[in-house]
Amino acid sequence: MEKPLTARIRPDGEAVDLKAYERAGGYQALRKALLEKSPKELIEEVKDSNLRGRGGAGFPTGLKWSLVPTGDGTPQPRYVAVNADEMEPGTFKDRLLLEGDPHSVIEGAAIAVRAIEGSAAYIFLRGEYVLAAQRLRRAIGEAYAAGYLGKNVLGSGCDIEVHLHISAGRYMCGEETGLLNALEGKRANPRTKPPFPVASGLWGKPTVINNVETLANVPHIINNGAEWFKSLSRSKDGGTKLYGASGKVKRPGLWELPMGTTAREILEEHAGGMRDGLKLRGFLPGGASTDFLTAEHLDVKMDFTEVQKFGSRMGTGTIIVLDDATCPVGMTLNLEHFFAQESCGWCTPCWSGLSWAERILQAIEDGRGEDRDLDDLEAITKFVAPGNTFCALAPGAAEPLQSALKYFRGDFERHIREKRCPWPS
Amino acid sequence: MLTPEEQREIEQEAASYPERRAASIDALRIVQRRRGWVSDEALADVAELLGMSPAELESVATFYNLIFRKPVGRHVILICDSVSCWIMGYTKVRDHLKARLGINFGETTSDGRFTLLPIVCLGACDRAPVMMVDEDTHLDLTPARIDAILERYE
Amino acid sequence: MATIYIDNKPYDADPSRNLLDVCLSLGFRLPYFCWHPALGSVGACRQCAVKQFKDEQDTQGKLVMACMTPAAEGTRISIDDPDAVEFRRNIIQGLMMNHPHDCPVCDEGGECHLQDMTVMTGHDYRRYRFDKRTFRNQYLGPFVNHEMNRCIQCYRCVRFYRDYAGGRDLDCFALRDIVYFGRREDGVLESEFSGNLVEVCPTGVFTDATLKQHYTRKWDLEFAPSICAHCSLGCNTSPGARYGTLRRIVNRYHSEINGYFLCDRGRYGYEFVNSPLRIRDVTWQGGVIDGAAGVERLSTLLAAGKVIGIGSPRASLEANFLLREAVGAANFFAGMADDELRLVRRILEIMQSGMASVPSLRDIELSDAVFVVGEDVSNTAPRMALSLRQSVRQQPIRSIEKLRIPVWNDNAVRDAVQSAKGPFYIASPYPTRLDGIATEVCRAAPDDIARLAFEVAEASDENSPAGRIAAALRNAQRPLVVSGTGLNNAAIVEAAARAAQALGAALSYVLPEVNSAGLAMMGGGTLAEAMEAVRGGAAETVIVLENDLYRRAPAEAVDALFRSARHVVALDHLTNGTTARADLVLPAATFAESAGTFVNNEGRAQRFFQVFIPHGEIQESRRWLRDAMLAAGRIEAEALDRLDGVIGALGRALPRFARVHEAAPPAAFRLVGKKVPREPHRYSGRTAMLANITVSEPKPPEDPDSALAFSMEGYSGQPPPPLIPFFWAPGWNSIQSLNRFQEEIAGPLRGGESGVRLLVPNGAGQQQAGVPPAFQPRNGERLLVPVYHVFGSEELSREAPAVASLAPGPYLALSPEDAKALGEDTAEVSIGGKTHRLPVLVISGLPEGVAGVPAGIPPFTGLSLPAWGKFSRMP
Ligand SMILES: Cc1cc2nc3c(=O)[nH]c(=O)nc-3n(C[C@H](O)[C@H](O)[C@H](O)COP(=O)(O)O)c2cc1C
Ligand code: SF4
Ligand code: FES
Repeated sequence: MEKPLTARIRPDGEAVDLKAYERAGGYQALRKALLEKSPKELIEEVKDSNLRGRGGAGFPTGLKWSLVPTGDGTPQPRYVAVNADEMEPGTFKDRLLLEGDPHSVIEGAAIAVRAIEGSAAYIFLRGEYVLAAQRLRRAIGEAYAAGYLGKNVLGSGCDIEVHLHISAGRYMCGEETGLLNALEGKRANPRTKPPFPVASGLWGKPTVINNVETLANVPHIINNGAEWFKSLSRSKDGGTKLYGASGKVKRPGLWELPMGTTAREILEEHAGGMRDGLKLRGFLPGGASTDFLTAEHLDVKMDFTEVQKFGSRMGTGTIIVLDDATCPVGMTLNLEHFFAQESCGWCTPCWSGLSWAERILQAIEDGRGEDRDLDDLEAITKFVAPGNTFCALAPGAAEPLQSALKYFRGDFERHIREKRCPWPS
Repeated sequence: MLTPEEQREIEQEAASYPERRAASIDALRIVQRRRGWVSDEALADVAELLGMSPAELESVATFYNLIFRKPVGRHVILICDSVSCWIMGYTKVRDHLKARLGINFGETTSDGRFTLLPIVCLGACDRAPVMMVDEDTHLDLTPARIDAILERYE
Repeated sequence: MATIYIDNKPYDADPSRNLLDVCLSLGFRLPYFCWHPALGSVGACRQCAVKQFKDEQDTQGKLVMACMTPAAEGTRISIDDPDAVEFRRNIIQGLMMNHPHDCPVCDEGGECHLQDMTVMTGHDYRRYRFDKRTFRNQYLGPFVNHEMNRCIQCYRCVRFYRDYAGGRDLDCFALRDIVYFGRREDGVLESEFSGNLVEVCPTGVFTDATLKQHYTRKWDLEFAPSICAHCSLGCNTSPGARYGTLRRIVNRYHSEINGYFLCDRGRYGYEFVNSPLRIRDVTWQGGVIDGAAGVERLSTLLAAGKVIGIGSPRASLEANFLLREAVGAANFFAGMADDELRLVRRILEIMQSGMASVPSLRDIELSDAVFVVGEDVSNTAPRMALSLRQSVRQQPIRSIEKLRIPVWNDNAVRDAVQSAKGPFYIASPYPTRLDGIATEVCRAAPDDIARLAFEVAEASDENSPAGRIAAALRNAQRPLVVSGTGLNNAAIVEAAARAAQALGAALSYVLPEVNSAGLAMMGGGTLAEAMEAVRGGAAETVIVLENDLYRRAPAEAVDALFRSARHVVALDHLTNGTTARADLVLPAATFAESAGTFVNNEGRAQRFFQVFIPHGEIQESRRWLRDAMLAAGRIEAEALDRLDGVIGALGRALPRFARVHEAAPPAAFRLVGKKVPREPHRYSGRTAMLANITVSEPKPPEDPDSALAFSMEGYSGQPPPPLIPFFWAPGWNSIQSLNRFQEEIAGPLRGGESGVRLLVPNGAGQQQAGVPPAFQPRNGERLLVPVYHVFGSEELSREAPAVASLAPGPYLALSPEDAKALGEDTAEVSIGGKTHRLPVLVISGLPEGVAGVPAGIPPFTGLSLPAWGKFSRMP
């Protein structure tokens, strides 16, 4: 089984340096992109590969790139923003690439810059990823020194700059338009769409925003072709996927597997199943902002379409497992606390609804719940539904809440009835 | 007054953006790295350097959670309170930390050694519970391990 | 026009607008918060949700925010859809989660948009049962009170203050449900537009701090349509009074002038009306006499002959005209400083010549390249500065046309435009608050500013500053030149006109005072001539109308005038140098206690009406004069009793005022047989408020001068715009009820905008002043230019306590170089033969050889500035 994303990653945890990266075929794709292929061809190749965005929403990457207006009279400069904010609870996949193989992200970003005939990429890194920052900084330096970045890259006549921006924390910075504001040194409130960032993004210029994992795939696609990429997958979406598992499984971790691997295979084979004495009660398939699924859904193929059929989303593909010794109400409270705390405060349903939901859940967990609370929680999930809010943060918050109310309703009711949390704390 | 090094570093960051104010977060981080936190005076100085008003910069500074607008201890402990860590025993670790340090979240030990803050998911969920002390990430925490870790920070 | 369907009925809609705007224009009751007609849409509050359907078949639909959705052809929406209704109710529930239940003690109560919207959505039961978040409030200065617990996070305040008005000290802090809107620390709000927060905030976070001193609910105030008396722009206002005192001023929308906003001088200057300095009694040589005796005295003086009258640029046309009638046209003098009068007359000539078109403030807002020639607009005509701030957005907005972002989509436009600004050039001797938006600023002495503008008119070389300005204006679609009387320089006025004419730009002049244009149009001699007449013995009695001559001429000259006159009569509101010297002082009604007409800097005549009946002997100047004329046996004064009679006579006597009567309907105007009530229909206490005087409720006072009644009874629909005392509509108690009074949102008021432009271009007018020689600095002397202060330079607002608290004291402004050379905190300077020792204020950017003194602030009142000042020790 090919594992293009992780094949180079060193078992000792050190980063792949430029030499090693080059030895493993690194920057060949950039060379090709600059010297052999036209920007249009790059976009076509990525389109054909069925690469879908790994940031959680699964937007087709080639299509996104193709929406950038290029040619005479279109706005210049154009930018690429690399979304390395990774703050979705339960998600720890981009970190591996950033720390372990930073050049793959830089090369992917550089190719993206070329594809949109842009001038620069900004890597937006969350502040807590200190090691990743060191390694990215070093790698960017190496790439400049080797002529993979800077002026007239590889004699192509193209200039490609890559800048590292280190953020100061906030989940909202990962939302693509919040990220743009944050990069501009502003509050990371989301921006109005349309216009989409591909038309008006950073400093009002066309900007493509892609996730780290998305971009790390790009050099491989350019090197090996769209057909190869599709062949890696067990699903319609191309490529491999970094899947993870956390919670009380035997071997929590991260694995590169064919896109479309089932949740069962991930949890039972790779994560080794539940810890002894525990049973799986439910799982969030791809981070905090996805709906709970339960044991009966374990055979779902983890990709962008299949998981949706069961009312959830693949999201970031990093599974969080709820076991039967852990309180589902407490877990939901923990999740909603996170979302309420990270609400940017721009739109009413989010800032009011999530803080209310958190307080209700806290009351239930503390044994102060009332019968009507579940109705109110239900109502809040509808209140913050997609379209009702300004961005996807609050609808994301509704997903675990609404599904918890569905699958673990009895637990909620028991808390209210018994006026306490039945789980030993 | 910003030191010449601070100014130089901020200018360097500012150079990588087409607008100076884009460097505001970088600049606040630069100041904080050297001073531990961002005082009102430092904030005003940074604002001036970047052509912003203090209120504009404060509006940015208070949005982000890693900008400290109050003094902190010599070491800042960020303990992950997000879902995977919670499942894996965050509560016990937190309570142990609080008891051991004798402080609550947002507080600094009386000897000025530690400030304790919660933080959202640190992206190491497979090694939960997790915390950061200054720039170091500590994995697989247990109450017992915490004591040993804290020893390392004077 | 597009056809859109609202709850299955077709309507015509302008596709360039958004659905909220369209629905409100059509009269639908759709609640909203974050949207503001002047600030556009940002989609934050989510209150305006409606259901949108793809087509007739679509029965599901989806919720959209009306304010964020264009009214495109074929759009189908439902306002009444149960999901939409439910969602809107839930939004209010969310907003009310933390909102205190303090309406009874909240200053906003009774005119609160949040109250209105809560009622509109039918939210009446709060399911939220937890603690509310609380905040600490800030001291924000004398104008605006802060009560953050009432905040609903609609972001309007910062969008107005920061994005629209360019203020930089108010912002939002933190996030989630604890966003804090305020300053970084307690302190006076810096923007001279801060008072608009009171109206922009849909709840009681920002309220009028001066109203708080004598608080009255909106429904208990009596209002009249009025015109701001504190600069030459003529912003429309709605003052409110109770118990015979003026309580506050709010904006009265005029689409061509002030739109939705006022400046703080206009909003808070009103307090002079309640000042302890008010003259309420008639006095004769220091002793109080009654009104009849006062009339008697004046009539005797009139009958004795040898009387001259000195009019005033802050008095109405009608008052000035009555004075002119009383003393005879030949004995009427204009009451402005002589050079100022000359300048204003020249400006009127230019405006009438057709050299350039005269823009309204709305036109100024839409200008796309601007050259400000020697006028500190932020301080002399603040509301114009707010319009100018919008002008720099025009070219950048045009440049993003390809993105097809509707202009109302405010944040999208701002994100796309970023910090780009259109061409904006300022020539000024000292820094101004508009410098921050300027492309280029030229600091120069007044004559050099004139030289620059003359050069702009001729320029061809794009590499010179003048050439760049000329090119920017020439390449623009709606270029504009702004100038004015601020520097009191004829060459500047002339040069601005030349530049505007040469570049095809519109031309706007700022004039000194509210009725400078009206007075200058009325004719009359100069002050020097008046003094000459008295000195020569041709006149023995001088009647000074609402004018402190010590602000018009040097004290020695005025003293001399008063010494040589046998009798001085002063009619005024407040005691001042002139009233102190007068034998007969007659207490004159202020703008709020009288009706009349002001002519603004566009030459637009606008009517203001009496808000309340003052205490004491106070009456309108024109009535004092008319009563005295009658008593003196002047039968023609019979016809000058009522305002309409005065206006008619004015038009007949001076044909250039023939159209003044069109400014507002006459007193006989009735709507279904009724007058327009000054009081809201909930006005309380009418039967009780005079019970200490008489227990039987007296008949409301008559108002012979207008179609307005001192009553809550009368016509309850929408009156014609010049007669709208306040904005209110069923279900809309707040200022937002304005939506109900417009033909379309942000468009003219129903019935057409008020005011008549009196100056009709006639093609006459020759260039007068030529290019002045270059400014030559002098040794040991500095040219003292007037430095204007929005708070302090204007005469009447100076006496409003809140405004006065922000006015500077006297100072001498020096460049850093001069200050250094001087090396002291105070400096001694002689001007016009007098020596002053003053604190030094360092202003960087003052050109060499130039210094500044605060305009209109003692001891520099009455001096003709700029003037050379001699320093005892200055190189
Ligand atoms: C609240 C919120 C947080 C997000 N955080 C991240 C993030 O940390 N990293 C990321 O790649 N995408 C994040 N996303 C998704 C981005 O908005 C965006 O879809 C993604 O970066 C696009 O990249 P892709 O097309 O390569 O997936 C977030 C979205 C929301 C609504
Ligand atoms: S849903 Fe609304 S308040 Fe929440 S993060 Fe998005 S824009 Fe901000
Ligand atoms: S008015 Fe439409 S979202 Fe606020």
